[in-house]
Amino acid sequence: MSRFTFPPPPPSPEADILRAEIRAFLANELNHRAPLDRAQSWNGLDPAFSRKLGQRGWLGLTWPKAYGGQERSGLERYVLLEELLAAGAPVGAHWIAERQSGPSLLRYGTEAQKSAILPRIAAGECFFCIGMSEPDSGSDLASVRTKAVRDGDGWRVNGTKLWTTNATHCHFMILFCRTGPPDREHRHAGTSQFIVDLSLPGITIRPVRNLLGEHHFNEVVFEDATLPEDALLGREGEGWAQVTGELAYERSGPERFLSSFWLLVELVRALQPAADARAEIALGRLGAQLITLRRMSRSVAGLLQAGADPALEAAMVKDLGALVEQEIPEIARDLLAEGPPTLQSRTFAQVLAYTALHAPSFSLRGGTREILRGIIARGLGLR
Amino acid sequence: MDSPSGFQADEAGAMLRETADRLLADRLTPQARAQAAEGEWPDDVWAALDEVGLPAAILPEEAGGFGVPVADALSLLTVAGRHALPLPLADTMLAGLLLARAGIQVPAGPLAVAQGSDVRLDRAGRATGQAWGVPWGRHARAVVVLADSPGGPVLIALPQAALTVEPGTDIAGDPSDAVRFEAVSAEGAPAPFGAADLRAAGAATRALMIAGALGAVGTMTVGYAGERRQFGRAIGQFQAVQQSLAVLAGQAASAAAAADLAAEAVAAWAASPGPGLLPAVAAAKIRTGEAAGQAVAIAHQVHGAIGFTEEHRLHHYTGRLRAWRDAFGRESEWAQVLGRHLIAAGPEGLWPAITAV
Ligand SMILES: Cc1cc2nc3c(=O)[nH]c(=O)nc-3n(C[C@H](O)[C@H](O)[C@H](O)COP(=O)(O)OP(=O)(O)OC[C@H]3O[C@@H](n4cnc5c(N)ncnc54)[C@H](O)[C@@H]3O)c2cc1C
Repeated sequence: MSRFTFPPPPPSPEADILRAEIRAFLANELNHRAPLDRAQSWNGLDPAFSRKLGQRGWLGLTWPKAYGGQERSGLERYVLLEELLAAGAPVGAHWIAERQSGPSLLRYGTEAQKSAILPRIAAGECFFCIGMSEPDSGSDLASVRTKAVRDGDGWRVNGTKLWTTNATHCHFMILFCRTGPPDREHRHAGTSQFIVDLSLPGITIRPVRNLLGEHHFNEVVFEDATLPEDALLGREGEGWAQVTGELAYERSGPERFLSSFWLLVELVRALQPAADARAEIALGRLGAQLITLRRMSRSVAGLLQAGADPALEAAMVKDLGALVEQEIPEIARDLLAEGPPTLQSRTFAQVLAYTALHAPSFSLRGGTREILRGIIARGLGLR
Repeated sequence: MDSPSGFQADEAGAMLRETADRLLADRLTPQARAQAAEGEWPDDVWAALDEVGLPAAILPEEAGGFGVPVADALSLLTVAGRHALPLPLADTMLAGLLLARAGIQVPAGPLAVAQGSDVRLDRAGRATGQAWGVPWGRHARAVVVLADSPGGPVLIALPQAALTVEPGTDIAGDPSDAVRFEAVSAEGAPAPFGAADLRAAGAATRALMIAGALGAVGTMTVGYAGERRQFGRAIGQFQAVQQSLAVLAGQAASAAAAADLAAEAVAAWAASPGPGLLPAVAAAKIRTGEAAGQAVAIAHQVHGAIGFTEEHRLHHYTGRLRAWRDAFGRESEWAQVLGRHLIAAGPEGLWPAITAV
């Protein structure tokens, strides 16, 4: 099993100092927020909060100063992320831009693209969405049919993206689509990525409500949308390599095991005066999982910081993380019996319902459980 | 686990592990294993370990060690796990660590720490009582127990000659004995720790061995899935088998990460005892125990009938995984310790309690 290594995370005294700073800031910022809001974790949208983080220099922490970053370490950024998530901060507005779009731009963008967009992301003023999935292309991402063809000095795009989280709140999408004919032998060839300004004509965004009735998902339809020449991100035809690099960022963070954390906080609140042995044991088991996952996740951050490519390790943390995130509501519902309604019991029930109903999505979004396990099996040399 | 790539070079630890790995690959022959399974003491294997000083590696220099950091010495136990070692290396190291911390001379030879004991001291300081779940108790030169006294806990090394041994075995068939003793004047000293810490240190040794054994079981099982052919292809080509192996790999990696936490916590505790030991070891013992349960089931499933035979080495591992997850506190015992700690931290303190581990 030595193909999967989770070396001890390197110590980072700067990160410890930063942690204290963040905790003080969040205690002040979030105290008045309702438990249900805090339970939304990285689904929670609050552009004003994102701007506040930007003003403190807490978005794009690791990026070059020239693009609005702070040139601080990946371990410091890790601490920032886990503190935000554990506190139930409303980070959804900027999350994708900061996590994956910005890093993709840094890696593949032109100087003009980088200097136009990155400082705005770092300021918390520019949000991105992910244009990968389509009605007929989910796990099999290489089968996308949305197509961009050269048209004069630019590109003409036709097709439909689906499940695009937060598209209506975003300025840009990173679009993954075909730019060359499908090739049965080389399924990944002929794809490219574009930075799409969502205000352009020919782009229609329609909300798709999720099973809680919330609007996060969207359908984004491109009908002869014309993109300027410089919308291309990276190289034409290199879309697959770029998009898989993006998925490594998408899968490696602490949001992959902390989605249900606020429910655990509320569970402890509800149990606290008189927890019985059954509750203690259940909490202890969940705690052991979280402590171990956090260790693994910090190890991945250390590997990233050291310049390694921990895509396999990240897939593993996400797979294990989703299990715990899904187990938390299952256990929470079973520990607290019904009683006469009180304000506190009502709050707990709301947070439980929110988390439990969202839980199925934890092993779908960002790569399904089966796909992640396939990636792990490939890492084991079985495929 | 074996090659922390990149940063944090721990050369001393890596060298020790390599030495132990080579030595065991060489000396732990099928005959030595068969001998151990028959209840005989595989003396030449122990002598070989002893000769290179592995059982003493955890001791401070003044107690006969050679200055290896405690975490590195503990990492030897992952190698013991990787070889499903039928010898009390863990127990000897554990006993040595505890005795050295209490300032008691560490006896030569194999040692044991009782998992449970009931010890009374009379006015002259003589010990009477019993201890149970003593790994390789019948072979131990001394059994370490903790006794209550009005002045606080006292650590005692009971010499072999003073013990009446009632032999037993654990689920893997390794010796797990009960011992009785009466009015024994043994070397004892006030212990700078209590029974909970002693149990945690023992649990940490098991977590490390589980992690090592899971690594080996994973490699073995993936290897077998690549060789065994059915329906015209290697069974590892079937997606159902791949998905199970991915789960096994995840459990093994998770156990290794958890065991590292335990080793670090014991090392920090050995330097200066503190409250950090229990939550870290609890998390590690729970996680490695759970991982062992899942991994054992998958490994046997993938191996089919051949893995269910005496001849196949799989059961050397799966048997000991079962024994080690039972020893020094099962999952729910430690879950209660950790759960109580987390609930007591309260809603505001929950996350800080997690990041403190
Ligand atoms: C909350 C949420 C937010 C999302 N946000 C975005 C977004 O912002 N942008 C975006 O582009 N997409 C987004 N997605 C879409 C997400 O990426 C897809 O749901 C995911 O890739 C799976 O695709 P699918 O839903 O079409 O399922 P399918 O691929 O149709 O899979 C259905 C089932 O079949 C299984 N399956 C499929 N192929 C295999 C195989 N080869 N072997 C074994 N099993 C297989 C799957 O594991 C799954 O269990 C989001 C999804 C969710 C739930």
